[in-house]
Amino acid sequence: MAGTKTRRAKAPKESPFDMHGIAPELALDLLREMLRYRRFEEKAEEAYAIGKIGGFCHLHIGQEGVAAGAIKALRESDYVITAYRDHTEAIAKGVAPTAVMAELFGRTGGTSGGKGGSMHMFARSVRFMGGHGIVSGQVPLATGIAFRIKYKSEDDIVACFMGDAAVNQGGFHEALNMAAIWELPVIFVVENNHYGMGTAFRRVSLTDMVERSSPYAIPASKVNGQDVLATYAHFRDLAAEVRNGGGPRFVDVETYRFRGHSMSDPVSGTYRPKEEVEQHTHFDDPIAILRDHLFEAGSLDQDGLEAMDAEAREEAQEAFEFADASPVPGPEALYEHVWADVDGNGRLRFDGREEAPWR
Amino acid sequence: MAVMTYRDALNAALREEMARDPDVFLMGEEVAEYDGAYKVSKGLLAEFGDHRVVDSPISELGFGGLCVGAAMAGLRPVVEFMTFNFAFLALDQVINSAAKLLYMSNGQFPIPIVFRGPTGAALQLSAQHSQACETYYVHAPGVKVVTPATPADAKGLLKAAIRDNDPVAFMEGELLYNFKGEVPEDDDFVIPLGVADLKHEGDDVTIVTHGKMVHVALQAANKLSTEGIGADVVDLRSIRPLDVDAILRSVQKTNRAVYLEEGWAYVGVGAQIVATIQEEAFDYLDAPVLRVTQADVPMPYAKNLEMMAKPSADRVVEACNKVLYREAR
Ligand SMILES: Cc1ncc(C[n+]2csc(CCOP(=O)(O)OP(=O)(O)O)c2C)c(N)n1
Ligand SMILES: [Mg+2]
Repeated sequence: MAGTKTRRAKAPKESPFDMHGIAPELALDLLREMLRYRRFEEKAEEAYAIGKIGGFCHLHIGQEGVAAGAIKALRESDYVITAYRDHTEAIAKGVAPTAVMAELFGRTGGTSGGKGGSMHMFARSVRFMGGHGIVSGQVPLATGIAFRIKYKSEDDIVACFMGDAAVNQGGFHEALNMAAIWELPVIFVVENNHYGMGTAFRRVSLTDMVERSSPYAIPASKVNGQDVLATYAHFRDLAAEVRNGGGPRFVDVETYRFRGHSMSDPVSGTYRPKEEVEQHTHFDDPIAILRDHLFEAGSLDQDGLEAMDAEAREEAQEAFEFADASPVPGPEALYEHVWADVDGNGRLRFDGREEAPWR
Repeated sequence: MAVMTYRDALNAALREEMARDPDVFLMGEEVAEYDGAYKVSKGLLAEFGDHRVVDSPISELGFGGLCVGAAMAGLRPVVEFMTFNFAFLALDQVINSAAKLLYMSNGQFPIPIVFRGPTGAALQLSAQHSQACETYYVHAPGVKVVTPATPADAKGLLKAAIRDNDPVAFMEGELLYNFKGEVPEDDDFVIPLGVADLKHEGDDVTIVTHGKMVHVALQAANKLSTEGIGADVVDLRSIRPLDVDAILRSVQKTNRAVYLEEGWAYVGVGAQIVATIQEEAFDYLDAPVLRVTQADVPMPYAKNLEMMAKPSADRVVEACNKVLYREAR
């Protein structure tokens, strides 16, 4: 199977583009994507600081290579489902940044009309299946989506993202077992940033991440998520295998979170030293790594980069402005969409509120 | 009309709905090759194949969640829990996923799923296998809870539950599977959710109940009638949606009510019913509304203790006498 961690090629030096079979145009697209995600998250961080966004908010800064590399390697009709660190994966799947930002602001223009928030982005139209807040909750759901694909003899696949902490949940193990016995078309993707909040994975597991699917005979692999070219190539190949009936796959994507776990957690401190974080932000920034490759290949220059970045910043600013101008949900939204079938017999609500229709 | 068991009525509902809609499938432990732990799915594997009648591993959280995911993606799963005692393992996916996905996605993801299986105690199965689980499900907005007491209700309500676009916890009774009754054979015999059924009529006292306890209520009503007391037995059939009008209609007639349920009293279904009656029919009441429930203990094994723990027709008669301020004979 394709790609373990990419190694620096020996002389004669093969370009990383050739090595992964990725044309420079595609590499430029991946860079543009990652810049969009980075600037979006920075804007969200800014908006949070001034009180426009509330509650839990988990940024994806540092992990953009996973979103771009894995999701851009899929077909549009493939499904993506993830945990609560979901903003950029939604954008990668094709959700408008305006809608993601408006959701963060709790506004009607949001993906869920302001009723989901940071952790619950959903967009059925582009097969972005959420946005799930219970660690590993999305893993059985992903398996069910894959069950549907097989049930209907379709050839889409599911990419199920999760954090490293999810692999210690029972639901993860139950779902992998079922995906394996029924040969379901799903790729289980661990965004292994090495920490579940403040708990280092090595403190809660004696086995390596890549071993975690072996009890279920699901082929496992490892890729460096900070190297978006390697990640893209890896998922392109895996997607083909899964689409062709190869059954599920498990991928340990090595990555690193450049910010705190959520907005209330400092970037470094009690559970990871400053030096560790600096080491990663300095040497492992997926945007800088691809930028340097493109510079080296002569496919991009400083001006080109700045133009690309200016566009990304502009898009994030527009998202902010859209969200800020978007109305807050009206009171009627409170009771909407609790039930799909509401006009039947009997009473469904028991809060005794005045707005309730039987009063 | 045909006379059939509750089990066969459920089986007929499953068969008809699976034949009607290719997106309906059944998954659970022992549903296929074993024909169902209680034989509710008997013959379905042969008729529909292992594609649609799927034996799962013993992974309640996993297959419960898998089926919610399948419903997100447009299928209409029927999940069989061998009993609801084992479904606690899946409760996260019911409450955190199935019940909330429609709301959290602002209407994008309806979850048309049925979680079904027996709830409540059978005989001498002890604490972990003898629990009435309705309260856990009915507590959360987003889940409907259905509790059929008779073969006809079992068939008509299961068909409605499968056609419903919301998650439905469909709670059967292990001791009811062999119970026989008349059942319409019509493929379109569907009983809408949220419509209670008056299973016995009388003017003096109202017994409100659901599920298997309907039969205990009927025994009590028969006893009372030999003493010249007429009891309404209001079978809720579904706890959410709740036919509040049917409860109020009866209470307005009798001015006295007793709630009977198999589960524990504390924050049980009856607590809600009593609250609703006092909020909306206070002026009609001539006595406090009483509840007859399981003793507030885990179910003991010893036969005599189990008998003491369970609600009984005698206790219901006693409660009715109390609300009638009547000396027992
Ligand atoms: C079942 C459950 N337990 C605890 C939490 C609280 N919690 C939220 S995120 C988190 C850490 C998860 O870490 P990981 O899966 O590695 O994802 P990351 O945050 O690193 O992306 C915890 C413990 C939760 N959301 N769900
Ligand atoms: Mg982590």
